[in-house]
Amino acid sequence: MVAVPAASLVFAFFASGLVLLATGHNALSSYRRLFDAAFVANGALGQTLVSATPLAFTGLAAAAAFRMRLFNIGGEGQLLVGAITAAAAGLYFGGSGGPSAFAIAAMVVAGCAGGAAWALIPGILRAFFRTNEIITSLMLNYVAAYLLTYLIFNTQSYWRQTTGFNAAVFPTSKDLPSSALWPGATIHLRGGILLPLGAGFAVLAAAVLWVLYSRTRFGFEAQVLGDSPRAARYAGMRTRRKILAVMAISGAIAGLGGASQDGDFRHTLDADPNGLQRQYYGYSGIVVAALARYNPFAVLLVAFLVGGLQNAGNTLQGADFPSGLVGVIQGIILFSALGGELLVRYRIRISRRPAAAPPAPEAA
Amino acid sequence: MNHSLAVVVIASGVAYGTPLLYAALGELLTERSGVLNLGVEGMMLIGAVMGFWTVQRVHAGSGAILVVAIGVAALAGALTAAIHAFLVITLRASQIVSGLALTIFAGAAGLSSYLGNDFNLGDNPARHQFHAVFPARVQRWPIVGPIVFGQNVLVYVSWACVVAVWLYLTRTRPGLNVRAVGDSPAAADAMGIDVAAYRYAHTLVGGAFAGVAGATFTLAITPQWVDGITGGAGWIAIALVIFAFWRPELCLVGAYFFGALQALSPELQARGIHIGPTELWANSLPYLMTIVVLVLVSASSTRRWLGAPAALGLPYVREER
Repeated sequence: MVAVPAASLVFAFFASGLVLLATGHNALSSYRRLFDAAFVANGALGQTLVSATPLAFTGLAAAAAFRMRLFNIGGEGQLLVGAITAAAAGLYFGGSGGPSAFAIAAMVVAGCAGGAAWALIPGILRAFFRTNEIITSLMLNYVAAYLLTYLIFNTQSYWRQTTGFNAAVFPTSKDLPSSALWPGATIHLRGGILLPLGAGFAVLAAAVLWVLYSRTRFGFEAQVLGDSPRAARYAGMRTRRKILAVMAISGAIAGLGGASQDGDFRHTLDADPNGLQRQYYGYSGIVVAALARYNPFAVLLVAFLVGGLQNAGNTLQGADFPSGLVGVIQGIILFSALGGELLVRYRIRISRRPAAAPPAPEAA
Repeated sequence: MNHSLAVVVIASGVAYGTPLLYAALGELLTERSGVLNLGVEGMMLIGAVMGFWTVQRVHAGSGAILVVAIGVAALAGALTAAIHAFLVITLRASQIVSGLALTIFAGAAGLSSYLGNDFNLGDNPARHQFHAVFPARVQRWPIVGPIVFGQNVLVYVSWACVVAVWLYLTRTRPGLNVRAVGDSPAAADAMGIDVAAYRYAHTLVGGAFAGVAGATFTLAITPQWVDGITGGAGWIAIALVIFAFWRPELCLVGAYFFGALQALSPELQARGIHIGPTELWANSLPYLMTIVVLVLVSASSTRRWLGAPAALGLPYVREER
């Protein structure tokens, strides 16, 4: 099970190396710097966690839906809407002082609810009109992005900073009050690694998802429904209800990722078109989920690795490090993993024929 | 009269709609053969960067170089699409994941950015670009001047492409075969049509169209190179194919409509007109309308009538026929 993804990874680095060589770069030294900036350098691991946490959420969201063959590629929009609703909760319930469990819980609930509601739009369309959820969820990503930009840049919304000197000059969003900021745990190692609370939530979500899909009747039925809708219907499973539930779970996880963006990292509703929206966490999450073959715990691992890659790309970008290399490597890894799928599906077995095959019964 | 809101918005709608039209025509051909390629944005960006590279680095007369640049963009788009074709047709990988992977691989933070960076394309404006074809006197004619005669040659070629694709799909043997392949690959196979070959060919042609669409940005609309210059047009093109019920002539209408919506919001703002949350609805409308169309399409009674390829997104495995 591990051999194919591992081989895909090796192949991908080989192929990306060819791209580097073809454009006149030293592949080995580029890789060494990439690895160094991702996992080794001072503070690198902490930064990698910053990149990996949202990917874990969107990866889990994609895995939850894709397992049932519900292709929710709206993780991007669900994360953004989750960020919007969670920021509203944080602004409303937060106050001065240290982190308040109540404000944080409110943000978690609001983020999950926002993401789930956004995911339920394609979910309802799929369940009741049999509308293909791929395109509808994709389209809603853009609507969510425009909504986010609109809230801060084009209207005096609840999220927008309306007082103060800067507010009149350039539209910005309100900072979250201090009790709505999510605390983290610091590991004193290599210049301090901050474990964000969101990363903990992601691990928790992975565990819940694993239990749900491999230990409960709900998960079993969802998978039957994914593999063979007909068989599921004959067995009397409730198709519509399951589609709605799975989409809601998927969206809720992505929305929680949005809440974590607010509380853990950005401390405001980031509406800058070059900020949160430019990270494309939702799309990368699908990459992560596919590489992890939709296994929740594998998603966490892959998110960490891909997060490292993205972090290194951000750190090294500029000067002599070709920008865009990270995307190239990610893409090639995904291509080779997809190609490798074929080997999993059609397992190639080397079997020796029995030395003396029983002679075919001759017609008497 | 030529500065009235309607004329300005329609004229720029035609200009902005042209890359959408090229990309949508390509995606339409791909989807008609039963292959969904979500990598349009990535293929467009590769076409955009390679077309731009050609005009910056190859020295020749302005006319010749632009033709070559469009050719290079088309080739680059087709090569990018070849990855998708190999993965989904030969290896039968998931079309959704593969298409997304293509956009990540080639897109704003991928190969197109890598190439633009590596070739140092970001610093200079285009050395050659497409200009309006007709003399300024003609362009000043009321209404039709800016809308019809104020455009560059890529716009007029796109009209020819619409006609060509329409004729191809409705009046030629290979065109009818493609539709068979997209609707019922098993039946097409039984007829002796090479399903894989048709799907490969149309995925590659789709990529070539997307490449040209990308070059429309860097050689005509905004003649320069910046990362992610297409700004999501590839996704609108995918929406457009559905919005146009998989028909080329409706692609033209839809492309200009979506293009006009793009032009509408800044134009309204510049004139100080506010109709509700303009920025929100004008930008979101293409996506929301596509969702509405999809809901209509998915009701099985209208599906056949609307022309959605029945086998869209499904791999064809002869052994499972």
